[in-house]
Amino acid sequence: MKKRDKKQLIEHIVHGIFAVLGLVTVASVLIITIYLIVSGMPALWEIGITDFLFGEKWASTAAEPEFGILPFVLTSVYGTAGAVLIGVPVGFMAAVYLSKKASKKVKNVILIIIDMLAGIPSVVYGLVGMLVLVPAIRILFNIPDGSGLLAAIIVLSVMILPSVIKVSVTALDAVPKEYEEASLALGANANETYMRVSVPAAKSGIAAAVVLGVGRAIGEAMAVMMVTGNAPNMPSIFQSVRFLTTAIASEMAYSSPGTLQQNALFSIALVLFLFILMINAVLNFFLKGDKDQ
Amino acid sequence: MKKRKTYSMLINILMYASIALVVSLVVFLVGYVMGKGISNITWQLITTKPSKLNGTIGILPDILNTVYIVVLSLIFILPFGVGSAVYLSEYAENKTFVKIIEYAAEILSGIPSIIYGLVGMLLFSNNFGASLLSGALTLTIMNIPTVMRTTQESLKTVPQSYRDGAFGIGAGKWRVVRTIVLPNCVEGIITGSLLSVGRILGESAALLFTAGFAHTLNGVFDIFTSPGATLSVALYVYAKDDGEFGVAFAIAAILMIMTLLINLSAYLISKYFSKKRAN
Amino acid sequence: MKEIITSKNLCLWYGETKALNNINIEIPENKITALIGPSGCGKSTFLKTLNRMNDLIQGVKITGEIKYEGKNIFDTSVDVNELRKKIGMVFQKPNPFPMSIYDNIAYGPRTHGVKKKSELDVIVESSLKGAAIWEEVKDKLNKSALSLSGGQQQRLCIARSLAVKPKVLLMDEPTSALDPISSAKIEELILSVKEKVTVIIVTHNMQQALRVSDKTAFFLLGELIETNDTKILFNDPMDERTGDYVNGRFG
Repeated sequence: MKKRDKKQLIEHIVHGIFAVLGLVTVASVLIITIYLIVSGMPALWEIGITDFLFGEKWASTAAEPEFGILPFVLTSVYGTAGAVLIGVPVGFMAAVYLSKKASKKVKNVILIIIDMLAGIPSVVYGLVGMLVLVPAIRILFNIPDGSGLLAAIIVLSVMILPSVIKVSVTALDAVPKEYEEASLALGANANETYMRVSVPAAKSGIAAAVVLGVGRAIGEAMAVMMVTGNAPNMPSIFQSVRFLTTAIASEMAYSSPGTLQQNALFSIALVLFLFILMINAVLNFFLKGDKDQ
Repeated sequence: MKKRKTYSMLINILMYASIALVVSLVVFLVGYVMGKGISNITWQLITTKPSKLNGTIGILPDILNTVYIVVLSLIFILPFGVGSAVYLSEYAENKTFVKIIEYAAEILSGIPSIIYGLVGMLLFSNNFGASLLSGALTLTIMNIPTVMRTTQESLKTVPQSYRDGAFGIGAGKWRVVRTIVLPNCVEGIITGSLLSVGRILGESAALLFTAGFAHTLNGVFDIFTSPGATLSVALYVYAKDDGEFGVAFAIAAILMIMTLLINLSAYLISKYFSKKRAN
Repeated sequence: MKEIITSKNLCLWYGETKALNNINIEIPENKITALIGPSGCGKSTFLKTLNRMNDLIQGVKITGEIKYEGKNIFDTSVDVNELRKKIGMVFQKPNPFPMSIYDNIAYGPRTHGVKKKSELDVIVESSLKGAAIWEEVKDKLNKSALSLSGGQQQRLCIARSLAVKPKVLLMDEPTSALDPISSAKIEELILSVKEKVTVIIVTHNMQQALRVSDKTAFFLLGELIETNDTKILFNDPMDERTGDYVNGRFG
């Protein structure tokens, strides 16, 4: 009897330990949310939500400081949109090739190569961008400084390629062969079949790939930081700009705790976090749609 | 008829152009970084610390800090990541609960590293100071979902019949988990660890405000108190603040080689295990 | 004749569906009892209830009682693990653990606290001999159990169950995944262990039930239609449906 009680106690304890370990993810999300809200709200309050979100000027260290983050929000939106506009078509066409045209061997080799692209640290992208891309833009467009929104868009479009390609390939691979055979039997040629049958059949997976790319692009900080020049301008293609991420990164190190400047940086983080939560919800919507089919 | 042919040709052109672009991008990036970096990797660079006096730069401190952070993070990540996967697939009975945990993991993997950096600063650095420990704890939260997901995937491949066999002999749950379930999901645990190491090596935004960016040479026992830059952070500092591009490329080449090695081992491991499963 | 297991008014639900309805049966000790019936009739479900393997499935509800050696196995004071030690189980598909042959057999004794190598060695040898597979594997005890053939794997699983010295062995269609020769060996083995253990075997194969069992119980749609000595049940069934089934008129 005693032995059994002891054994059961151990089982209960172990169960409890695993439950606690499992709850760490939930706790982390809650803690992150709470910390961001608690530290992001005061500045929002002090500055005023409208002035903060729609103010066009950011001058945090001026004698009469101004904290408008519209330039950062717009830069993030434009930058992400630009990266998606370039990266998604390229990644998507590459994915169609890999999933439908390439031989198994070629596909595997290229997927390994793409894994390499995914593994390159963002600072390395930044470094190459800074020393190759920025000068190239300067010379090509004959402008005094090549760093700015365009450079960021190009770097980001390369950085989102791996996730766009891999998620799209998975979605396209999952299209039942019967669909394609039916289309071919009706006299459609291979490319018509892929584009008009396979792609629509995989649309929610491909949509998920796009949303994932958006999430990557909007959250990237260091690579962007190294190629944008970091001036808080309203976005324009050759202008030096700040993203939401780089606005936080570039001032955090020299802002002092408790000041309005630092609190405003936390408010930016809160705004960025809300963006990410929205993207996550959209992503979930597409992935769930895929499962329900 | 002609229209259809043109369409098909256009699609072909777009497909081949895209894949060619992607492949040549990788080749260019790897080639360029290696070409510029490898010649700058000298014995002196990787075995000394920076010296203002001699005007030399050494990245030994950054290498050591990277090793400390990787090891320390893994020590924290593994129990949480593996533990939560085991909880989800072996213990949790409430479906809503499972969904909540999985959703939380999804949110965690979508949060940008700069936000981890900020929260890590508030949560850890403001309490124990900017230190390698604070950096490692921040990276732990970031990487738990990775290990959790790969372990979960590999738990799914453990046949239910193994568990039934063990339960049928009268083994308790914990014994089944310990002797049947865990030994059979080693692949997921290793893959998850490798992915995490890759992410930790490349991480910089989450470390700037938690582990700092000083090139301090730390002993093993300094990790709990002393700050220090990892290789990625050092690359950023040398390139952006100091204009030392030679050093930056040397670090970039080192990081790239390590990434290649990690990808290679992940590939070999998945090959090894799929061969083992086939037998 | 002494009963080792008795089931009284046993009902079982999977969620909303009733899978077993009012099962009353007495299982005699040291005999072989066969459970037969068409797919989905509840025979496997009933078998799994006897060592509470159904506990592992979510949404299972049970009423009524099953007494093992006079004690209700659903009683809260019963240690499930001890129960399963006494009432072992062999599954439809051979399921050796991905370990060495030796470790497979030693798994049960180790689970129940046997640590000494010398003791384990004795148990491993006697269990493998008891399952008539010792001669085939004695030279490769450290080889993976997965390297054995299907029939050998199933005998290994029987040996694994025998290693914890069970009183009852539940067998869920143990030969359905095997070729005829391997099946014959398993049947021989079942007959040889009956002196030490009570066997309850679920089978689809009428011939097998006739060959090995002393008693047979016929299940249909979650109900126990009749139980009798095997010969009587097959030759002179009381219920028409039993006759139809054993003569192959449905199923």
